[in-house]
Amino acid sequence: METNKGENTRMSKRQMTVVGGGLLGAAIAYGAARAGTSVHILDQGDSALRASRGNFGLVWVHGKGATMPDYVQWTKEGLRLWPELQNELMELTGVDAGLQQPGGFWLGFDEKDVEARAVALDKINQDGGDVPFQMMDRAELRQYLPGLGDAVVGGSFCSLDGQANPLMLLRALHAALKAKGVDIISGVDIAKVEYDAGTGMFDAVAKDGRRWKSDRLVLAAGLGNAALAPQVGLLAPVKPTRGQVLITERLKPFLDYPTNKCRQTKEGTVQLGSTAEDVGYDDGTSADKIEWLARRAVETFPVLGQARLVRAWGALRPLTPDGYPIYQESQTCPGAFVVSSHSGVTLAASHCYVLGPWTSGLTQTPQEFKSFRGERFLDPNASFSNGY
Amino acid sequence: MATDTFFSIPKSTAARTVTITFEGEPLSVPAGISVAAALLAGGVKNFRSSVVGGRPRAPYCMMGVCFECLVEIDGIPARQSCLIPVREGMAIRRQIGAVELQFGAGEKA
Amino acid sequence: MSGDVTDLVVIGAGPAGLAAACEARALGLSVILLDEQTTIGGQIYRNIEAAPPDRREILGEDYAAGQKLAAEFRESGTDYRGGTSVWNVTTDGTVDYVGGHTATVTGRCVLMASGAMERPFPIKGWTLPGAMGAGAAQILLKGAGAMPSGPVVLAGCGPLLYLLAWQYLRAGAEIGAVVDTTDAAGYVRALPHALGALMGWRDLSKGLKLLAALKRSGVPVYSGASALAIEGEAAVEALTFKHRGKPVRLSASLVLLHQGVVPNTQLSLSTGLEHHWNSAQLCWQPVTDEWGRMGDSALYVAGDSRGIVGALASATQGRLAALSIAKQLGAAADIAQRATELKRQLAGRTHIRPFLDALYRPLTEHRVPSRDDVTVCRCEEVTAGQIRSYVELGCLGPNQTKTFGRCGMGPCQGRFCGLTVTELIAEGRGVDPEEVGHYRVRPPIKPVLLGDFVD
Repeated sequence: METNKGENTRMSKRQMTVVGGGLLGAAIAYGAARAGTSVHILDQGDSALRASRGNFGLVWVHGKGATMPDYVQWTKEGLRLWPELQNELMELTGVDAGLQQPGGFWLGFDEKDVEARAVALDKINQDGGDVPFQMMDRAELRQYLPGLGDAVVGGSFCSLDGQANPLMLLRALHAALKAKGVDIISGVDIAKVEYDAGTGMFDAVAKDGRRWKSDRLVLAAGLGNAALAPQVGLLAPVKPTRGQVLITERLKPFLDYPTNKCRQTKEGTVQLGSTAEDVGYDDGTSADKIEWLARRAVETFPVLGQARLVRAWGALRPLTPDGYPIYQESQTCPGAFVVSSHSGVTLAASHCYVLGPWTSGLTQTPQEFKSFRGERFLDPNASFSNGY
Repeated sequence: MATDTFFSIPKSTAARTVTITFEGEPLSVPAGISVAAALLAGGVKNFRSSVVGGRPRAPYCMMGVCFECLVEIDGIPARQSCLIPVREGMAIRRQIGAVELQFGAGEKA
Repeated sequence: MSGDVTDLVVIGAGPAGLAAACEARALGLSVILLDEQTTIGGQIYRNIEAAPPDRREILGEDYAAGQKLAAEFRESGTDYRGGTSVWNVTTDGTVDYVGGHTATVTGRCVLMASGAMERPFPIKGWTLPGAMGAGAAQILLKGAGAMPSGPVVLAGCGPLLYLLAWQYLRAGAEIGAVVDTTDAAGYVRALPHALGALMGWRDLSKGLKLLAALKRSGVPVYSGASALAIEGEAAVEALTFKHRGKPVRLSASLVLLHQGVVPNTQLSLSTGLEHHWNSAQLCWQPVTDEWGRMGDSALYVAGDSRGIVGALASATQGRLAALSIAKQLGAAADIAQRATELKRQLAGRTHIRPFLDALYRPLTEHRVPSRDDVTVCRCEEVTAGQIRSYVELGCLGPNQTKTFGRCGMGPCQGRFCGLTVTELIAEGRGVDPEEVGHYRVRPPIKPVLLGDFVD
């Protein structure tokens, strides 16, 4: 509820403000609203960096969590919950989030990389991952991926993996939020969050002075979390890593399975990604990377040489130093949460069904979340690599 | 054919002609003109079927911005025929829906 | 991959580009000119070098005037690369293009001269075979000497429509009817600019001659027409409209639509540099200084792609841009005299413009379809009704339509739907097009075969 500067208002319990209306904020808000919480979302609007628009669209587990077993379990659970979200959103809004889970392939262009891959996947399972996978040589890969280029020497397959449509998912979530009566207030740039220990209430304060009161606060502002989290005693050192992606014209279906760098959407376009660049806050595209991605696409599937590149875009992944999420409730300001993840599509169902009720105060903190606290980055003995 | 075309090109004795084919049928057309112009003057009214709805489409702008004049030329699909000059022996076919990638022998399962 | 570096890269071989290249070369600059077509002249002087004398006669003296410019260009020593499709331009002067394979050139300055394109005419049935732009028909006439086989209906408004009708009369083509949507209010709107029209009296008298010839010819002319729609199943069968309050139906298999031309801004928009909405010309324009320079960048814009000014003014703008570029690069110390001469020429060639813009302002109903079933995005077959529903769901601008549907995501990359989408959203939200904004255009600005990137 919006109030004027300085005015205090008594509120009913479980009034939640979510800062950020992207894939994370929308999913959590929907999950919370579903659980009976009264929610409003404050979103920057069209001028924001909008990492959600840049998600590649994989719904993926294999290869992830090599250095964090808890993340493997968290992701597996997310994949398991996805069909429920797909159906629920479809029924409630009529929008198809595009989930397909036929299994997915990782492709390697170097024998050493393929060997290293096999070792890494094995280690994940030795650490308790229990992620089914199969290593394949080129000949076997070609049975599933016809026309695979000679440049690919081998790869791995996981039956749990798949893809969805990130833009349709976001649209479906927004439609679902509308159906649940959740207010999405656009054009709001939150500069400050304040906590009153006496009342247990939060104020989210915009740059233009508007304020919103609540007793639960969820910071899902992507790169914006870095500045906001400390204001409620949390740490979210997210930094941008740019990814550029190419999209072709619509093609008649030829690729039945998504691969880690190349997938064909339901509409027939092929997405080719992605780069990992340290360019600050520049979400533009560059000719050299476009050319690089194009060349790699043709090496992977030579027939793609016949396809036309129609669009290219760049987006900034909000990455933590180790690439794993931050899901944490503040101890100094109970009721305030920071949520950071760059896998907004893979984890959408978990964000909805688990984070929604959790941030509403309805469930216990899941035990995996011990690994997802911001303080892990303060460890002077640890070194971090985000895998990009 | 002359009465059932959108456009016609008056025959000129001085002009050089080339022979192209559309859907296998030969067409004698003036040299140097665009494929789109040649097809329009040759009685073609339906260049392609649209990608989403399968609707018949034909050129609209003739200058390369509308992407309606897409046809398959010498085996390469979805080419903007208003930007390509005719050449002797060119084989042109309608573009039916989205581009279908051509796999080599033995590639497709 | 060519990495040629040159003083000036010109993109576009229409009057602006050709004139700029000539002027720059005369000042001693090295110039590379890139153009997608395989002949020079752009659209207005299409095929000027190869058009036979009888065709030039039909097309009229304005077209024939392009020969002189073409000849000057051939003498200029420009490195001319035809059949090249530019897919990327950066603000510091790198230009990537495809001409069989990808290549790159760098200019210390780059002049974008992509010219104009026809304004889309989104009415019912406009996607059927047999509905084409009047400009397209004129290109067919210029490039191939092609004329309508049967009686053709010309519909819409603007000088090009009447010029085409006049050219068809001279060529002996049969015109079924001219359906003129210039409304009475247009004359009232144009009145304040009448002085400008009189100052551009040469242009005015030319236009009046066209209209007089049309009247004498006996071709049926329906003035003040509105509510245009096209009937047909698999192809155009008829044009329907309202005339003096009564519905009219004209059988036709070829309908040529036209309601003016708009700047082809795909290239300039892709730079990310500032554009603004011109509410008199109802289109986006790049923001430039008086010479055509965009901000502090290495990029200039000249000709119709900077704002519709016509062929002669486009050439003058091209020369002025070249002067400024030469000064900027230190190749010309004193450009003042030549600049004054050209600025005077430019003024004389643009006096008529505000008058024409006001008089031939396209009807709102033909720019912003009120019927829900009219196709707006031709590539992805998105209708006006669907776009209106996106606005109701909270869509604020054209880029967000991509989240709701695939509007603007097809091969034309938003060229043909952009203006309509902006105006539809503006109407739905009750705000100015300036506030709604335009598609974010990124490279590749034309589709490129992935195979062209591989050596």
